[in-house]
Formats: sequence, structure tokens, C-alpha cells
Amino acid sequence: MLRLILRRLMLGAVTVFLVSGIIFAGVEILPGDACTAYLEREAQGKRLENCRIELNLNRSAVTRYLEWAVNAIQGDLGVSANGSFPITELVGERLKNSLLLAACALGVGVPLAIFLGCVTGLQRDKPIDLFFSTAAIFAMTIPEFVSATVMILVFSVWLGWVPGIVLTPADAPASEFFPEIILPVVVLSMVMTAHILRMVRSSVIEVMASDYIQMATLKGVPYWRIVFRHALPNALLPAINVVALTIAWLLGGVVVIEVVFNYPGLGRMMIDSISDRDLPVVQAIALIVATVYVGVNLSADMLTMIANPRLRTLHTRKP
Amino acid sequence: MTVVSVDPKSGGRLSRLAEVIREIASRPSGLIGLSLVTTHILLAIFSPFIVPYDYRAVSADIMFNAPSSDHWFGTDHLGRDVFTRTLLGGREALLVTGIATPVAVGWGGFIGILFGLVGGRIDEILMRIVDAFLSLPWILKMLVLIVTFGTGIEVLVPTLAFFYGIPVIRIARAATHDVVARDFVSSARARGHGRFSIIRRELLPNVLDVLMVEGAMRWSWMLLAFSSLSFLGFGVSPPTPDWGLMISDSRGFMSFAPWSLLAPVAALSSLIIGINLSADALAKSLGIDRAQKAPV
Repeated sequence: MLRLILRRLMLGAVTVFLVSGIIFAGVEILPGDACTAYLEREAQGKRLENCRIELNLNRSAVTRYLEWAVNAIQGDLGVSANGSFPITELVGERLKNSLLLAACALGVGVPLAIFLGCVTGLQRDKPIDLFFSTAAIFAMTIPEFVSATVMILVFSVWLGWVPGIVLTPADAPASEFFPEIILPVVVLSMVMTAHILRMVRSSVIEVMASDYIQMATLKGVPYWRIVFRHALPNALLPAINVVALTIAWLLGGVVVIEVVFNYPGLGRMMIDSISDRDLPVVQAIALIVATVYVGVNLSADMLTMIANPRLRTLHTRKP
Repeated sequence: MTVVSVDPKSGGRLSRLAEVIREIASRPSGLIGLSLVTTHILLAIFSPFIVPYDYRAVSADIMFNAPSSDHWFGTDHLGRDVFTRTLLGGREALLVTGIATPVAVGWGGFIGILFGLVGGRIDEILMRIVDAFLSLPWILKMLVLIVTFGTGIEVLVPTLAFFYGIPVIRIARAATHDVVARDFVSSARARGHGRFSIIRRELLPNVLDVLMVEGAMRWSWMLLAFSSLSFLGFGVSPPTPDWGLMISDSRGFMSFAPWSLLAPVAALSSLIIGINLSADALAKSLGIDRAQKAPV
């Protein structure tokens, strides 16, 4: 068991390491660097050289990569290209806001998705299943910016129930985001619910068709007992992984939602820094996002292993 | 998924395609989806010949006109005809994704099958690299390339084809693992067939179903990416009519001119829903569970 966990941790670390390499190489092969972006049209001759020396850009890429990676591990993400702000501070604020948004969406979306997934799975092909399954296709396939914009139009402009845009500054405490955060959370959890619902539904259907459920039915076990004692615990296990993958996928979707609602999170910062070609910030955000992705997947695997005894024994039996 | 072990040439590619389309159309949802997609493709091809106005025609006299018999979907903030622009707005998106999807499925599928067959250490290494790529959100990967190289079709097509081919590697590799241990592959090996002959004659026919469903899904994700990029201002540049761009443009005026927002919303949504209904029907008739797949 411990061995398995260590192995997974190693694999996760390898992935993060590879990602950091890809990010660094990707930024490196782009034409231009922090100095050309900062100095703009004056980027030539002596000034460019001085700037490169000042920012240590004159050394080899490998040295700079190692330095960047070592500092990043210690929590220092460097300074941004334009204002020389420490990135860790800048990003930390935004990360907190993005996490707030994600946590609210998860809190609403996951329980709802699991409930609806079980209902639709047990009521397969009945009207209630057809309704929610179709709604799920709509929710997960229509681009977030479309559903978000339509929701602003309906609930903010026409009905006037909730504010349609976030005006709270980035450094405000979490509680101040309250009425403004409702619509972003609704859109985000809608997409998430759709993904998880479909997975839970198909998993419930699969388990309900299995031999041991038939056996239990034939033995005369009451229906609700079968559902709660035998079917759901087995059906919900795979959901852990889908929740993880959905979170990871949302890291991309949340960018668009943050832009639509003007929400001061990590995603909007990413778009801004890409437009400004603030490469150190782009690198830092990419690294954080990738680490979150790997971390979430890793915890999902662990949770699945803890919850499912079969997975534990299967692997540890081998030396 | 049923295992087929026939010479791919015997049926012919075209009749296989016809069969697939018939399978999709045999379900009501598939029929609706297929007609939506067909309508959009036909419109993309023929819309320049049927639109009532010039999509660039700007007029200060008719800004924000409500829908009328002259302008069916009203006019936008520059007095342009929304109906015209909505009809034309899918051309760029369909062109870019229409080229990029087959390329993505092609290269991703080939690499996935090849490494699924070869296996071993090199396969392990490739999978780690694939994982690393997948752990970055799509929007970040694409934006970095687009900001550097520009937003033309010649950048968008390879970018989309490259990044959307990577998850296909995984799917194709997993599907290959399902068949590679079967007897007919071993016997082909024993007969002395080379790697590429095995891929073409034994593996590809069995993986093709999965790849087709995957292709349909990739197409819809790509459209989503393309229109999101346009919306964010990193896609098609004005005055080219594009749904994502139109939605972004008319957002500020939605309180008094919602028609210029709702027309592209309806167009884009109907295309994406059409693709997904078709993909769903295809997956169901081929017996592949789409819900088990992760959104990447």
C-alpha cells in the first residue's frame, strides 16, 4: 500500500517536472523575451544588453531553467516582467479568488450531480432520465461563454435578480464577493454537474445490471436496500476520478467564465499576462495550474484506492 | 465493441461511411443532430450566395434596429444586418475545425495505435509526455502559440490539430490494448506480417469505431475552443463575421439590442448540439460508452 502511494507520488512528481520543462521550453522558443517585451521598440543595442544582464537573461537556458525550478520549489516564482512585482504575491491573491469560485461550484455541483446521476441511472429511459440526460448534453457542450452570456441576459438584465458582473477588487476578503459570485458559480457548477451526472448515471446502470445485484434481487432483498447497500457504494467509486478530471478540465473553462464575469481570478490574470507577454507570470501560472491538476488527480487515485479494497490487494500482492 | 477481422478493402470506405450515417439516422436524436449538422455545413458552403446584404455594410442610420421585414434578425451596433452575419458566421469555424479534426484524429490515432502495439519503455515515456501535455489547460497552450504566431487560419489549424490530437493518442492506445492480445493479431505476427501491415489490416479496422466517435467529440471540443478564442479576441479578426466574435461584440448592448446577441448564440449552440447528438447516436449504435470518457 505504502509502496503504491510512493509510486504514484513519484509519477506525479515526474509529470510536474516534465510540465515545467515543457513550459520553460515553450516560452524559450517563442521569439522575443522579457526584455524585448519590456523595452518594446527601444529593444536594441546597449539597452537591450543591459536589461538582459540585469534580468540574468544572458546565461544559458539550462542554467536559468534550473534556477527557476529550484526557486519555484521553494515558493519563489520570480518577479513579473513589467513592474518587477514578486509573482508569488500577485498570484496568491488571484489563486485564492479562483479557489473560492471553484470551491463554491464544487460544493453545489458534486452533491447535485451524484443525486441526479443516481436518479437518472435508476430510472433509465424514463421521462425524468431523458430530461436530465438531454439537459446535461446541452449544459456540457454549449461553450461556457455562451451559457454565461445568456444567463447574464436573463437573470441580470431581464429579471434583475442577481448582479451580472463582478466589481469587487481582487484583494477583497472572500465574503465581499457574495452576491456577485452567484452567477459564475451557477454557470461553472452547471457544466460540472453535467459531466459528473453522465458518468454516475452510466456507472449506476452498469452496476445495477451486474450479477451480484441480480443475485440480491433473486434472494429477495428489498429494492432500496439493494440500491443503498450494494449498488451505490460500488457505482460511486469511479465518480471520484471523474470529479478530479472535471476539476482539472474546469481549470481551462474557468478562464473564460472569469473573463465573462470580470472575476478577478487566476484565469483572467493568465489572459492578461499572455496579452502583455509577461512571460514570467505566464510560466508561474502554468506551473501552478499543472501542479493543481496533478495533485487533484493524485488525491483522487488515493481516495479510490482507500475506498476500494480490491485495488489495494491487486497491486501489493506482487513484490 | 464487436471485433471485426476482415480485410478493410472488402467493404470499401464509402459504404462504411454510408453505413455509419444510416446508423446515426436510425435514432431520433441522431436524425435531429445529423440534420442540424448538415444544415450548417450546407449553409457554410452556400451562404455567400443567399445572404441579403453585404456583411461589411456599415450604416449609422440603422444602428440597433429591432428585427423587421427588412432585417430579419435586426441590426447590430454598426448598423450591419445580423441575419447576414449569422448566416456567414460559421464558415470560418467550420473550415478550421473541418480541416483540423481529421488531422488530429489521424496523427493521434496513428501514434496511439503504433505505441499501443510496440509497448515497452518507449510507450511509458510517451505516456508521461502525453500526461504532461494534458495537465495544462487547453486555453493556456493555445494562447501562447496564437499570441506568438498570430491568429490566421494557417496558425489556428495546426495548433488545434496538434493539441487535440494528443488526447486521441491515449484513446487509440487504450483501444489497441484491447485487441492487441487477441489471436488474430498473434497469428498475423506468426504469418510474418510487419508492424504497419498489422496496423492497417488487423488493428485499424477494430479501432476505427472508437476513433470515429472520438473524432466527432474532438470536433465539438474544437468548435468550443475556436469560438471561445474568438470570443476572447484571440481568434478571427474583425470584420470577418464569426459567432464568437459577434457574441463578444454585442455583449455590451444586450440590454437594449438582445437580438444581435441571441442570433449567433442560437446558431453556435445548434451546431454544437447537432454534433453532440450525432456523436451520441453514433456511440450508442457502435456500443461505445461515451460517458466513461473524461473531458480533456
